[in-house]
Amino acid sequence: MKRRLLGIFPALLPLIVLCGATESAVRMGLVKSYLLPAPSAIAQALLVNRVELLGALWKTSEAALAGFALSTVAGIAIAVFLSSSKAVQRAFYPYAVFFQTVPVIAIAPLLVIWFGYGLRTVIASAFVVSIFPVIANTLTGILSTDPALRDLFQLYGASPARTLFQLRFPAALPQILTGLRIAGGLAVIGAIVGEFIGGQGLGSVVDVARTQQRVDKVFAAVLLASVLGLALFGLVSAVSWMTLRRWHASESRD
Amino acid sequence: MSESPVPTARGVAVSLEKVRKVYEPNRIVVEGMDLQVNAGEFLAILGPSGCGKSTLLRIIARLLEPDSGTLSITPDNPFQTAYVFQDAHLLPWRSVLDNAALPLELMGIDRTAREAKARAALALVGLMDTESLYPAQLSGGMKMRVSLARALATEPRLLLLDEPFAALDEVNRFHLDVALRQLWQWHGMTVIFVTHSISEAAFLANRAVVLTRRKCQIKLDRQLDLPLERYASFRTDPALAAEISHLLEAMEEE
Ligand SMILES: Nc1ncnc2c1ncn2[C@@H]1O[C@H](COP(=O)(O)OP(=O)(O)OP(=O)(O)O)[C@@H](O)[C@H]1O
Ligand SMILES: [Mg+2]
Repeated sequence: MKRRLLGIFPALLPLIVLCGATESAVRMGLVKSYLLPAPSAIAQALLVNRVELLGALWKTSEAALAGFALSTVAGIAIAVFLSSSKAVQRAFYPYAVFFQTVPVIAIAPLLVIWFGYGLRTVIASAFVVSIFPVIANTLTGILSTDPALRDLFQLYGASPARTLFQLRFPAALPQILTGLRIAGGLAVIGAIVGEFIGGQGLGSVVDVARTQQRVDKVFAAVLLASVLGLALFGLVSAVSWMTLRRWHASESRD
Repeated sequence: MSESPVPTARGVAVSLEKVRKVYEPNRIVVEGMDLQVNAGEFLAILGPSGCGKSTLLRIIARLLEPDSGTLSITPDNPFQTAYVFQDAHLLPWRSVLDNAALPLELMGIDRTAREAKARAALALVGLMDTESLYPAQLSGGMKMRVSLARALATEPRLLLLDEPFAALDEVNRFHLDVALRQLWQWHGMTVIFVTHSISEAAFLANRAVVLTRRKCQIKLDRQLDLPLERYASFRTDPALAAEISHLLEAMEEE
């Protein structure tokens, strides 16, 4: 535990220095507080608006988690489907890539038309933004299964389904988890974008505070959104550590 | 699996007739290959890198279809062939025991029976008390032993090895050579051993085949006139040195 804390300290140091620097810059009048609020003002805003902000955080978390869960399930399923043959890949993979290049901010109004204002639009937005890395990483993982091991499974008459579940899938797990780590952060971004247009949550807090020139509140909401993104990242990392620690170099100690 | 009544007649006979394999585009790798391997023989296949040794071995294992020509194995039963690769190729998420038991698991043998057989195979290669370790915790030599145990667990009648110990240091390699030779003497399976190393081929085999660089033609097929019992001290035997120089001569002329 002590080692853990020592491990976190180097990452905290720049933050402390930065906070100290902005705080003194704003107090000395070097920076206008309506452009960049002092860290103490952000803390103040967090405290004063805690009920509203925590409520918004809860809503955003719900939508981001739901979108993330959907892209995990659908992304892995799509990747398994794409891995079934070269022909299938050639036919469908370009669409997956195309899907990724569509800017979510541009299709958010469409999502509102399809799903109405509220949670469903926000979930859809989180889903759209976060599914591609799951597909791409899972597919790469499944396709790069060691050919010698595929030979071994073939030698003992393993069916394609069995080879998928006992070989390709576990072998792809490190890549799948990498995809999920990226997707977690993107799901939060997707949810916030969705909320700008379609809903409540931190996205709409930011939107409203912006029109009211409440920069401190904007910062407070952004801070909470980042914390949410970090929490999702941490969740996937924890799962990754638990499943891979015994066998994969990326998670083994020392 | 049915146990052969005569332990020394466990091996199968392998016959290749006019076997041809062409990779696209128009790369003839094997052409007009005729090779008869007797039941219970220990055959070493020597040849320059890229001449088609692995291709030949994969054809014999039925992992690859020849473009023409025939392969016959007598007697021809399912699951009688085992294949050992150049590197260990273990499943990193499985323990040593579960790795050794994998072929039996794929063949549908129940847990108790397959674990007993896997343990026996691990004991044969000198791996006791490691069954609950994971591959990441093993040295290169130990991994290769697990790989060998995995092949032996099914009590194969045909053991195919593709430069199995090439990645090991010499001490480990010499140990495993002796172990393999002993296993062959006890079990009497047919062994086809592909190697780059002339001295390893001569030390291990009863018969050696040298292939040409192009089209995988047999340029030397020699019965090695060496004693049955071969231990570490045999490495410096003059008779072995004589055989090595014979094979070396064949390898060098092009
Ligand atoms: N799947 C493939 N597609 C096309 N060419 C291939 C394929 N596999 C092997 N080859 C080619 O066939 C030739 C023989 O390959 P093979 O692996 O059988 O040689 P090898 O004797 O085992 O070589 P090494 O000693 O390096 O292992 C090589 O030139 C290789 O480039
Ligand atoms: Mg080879």
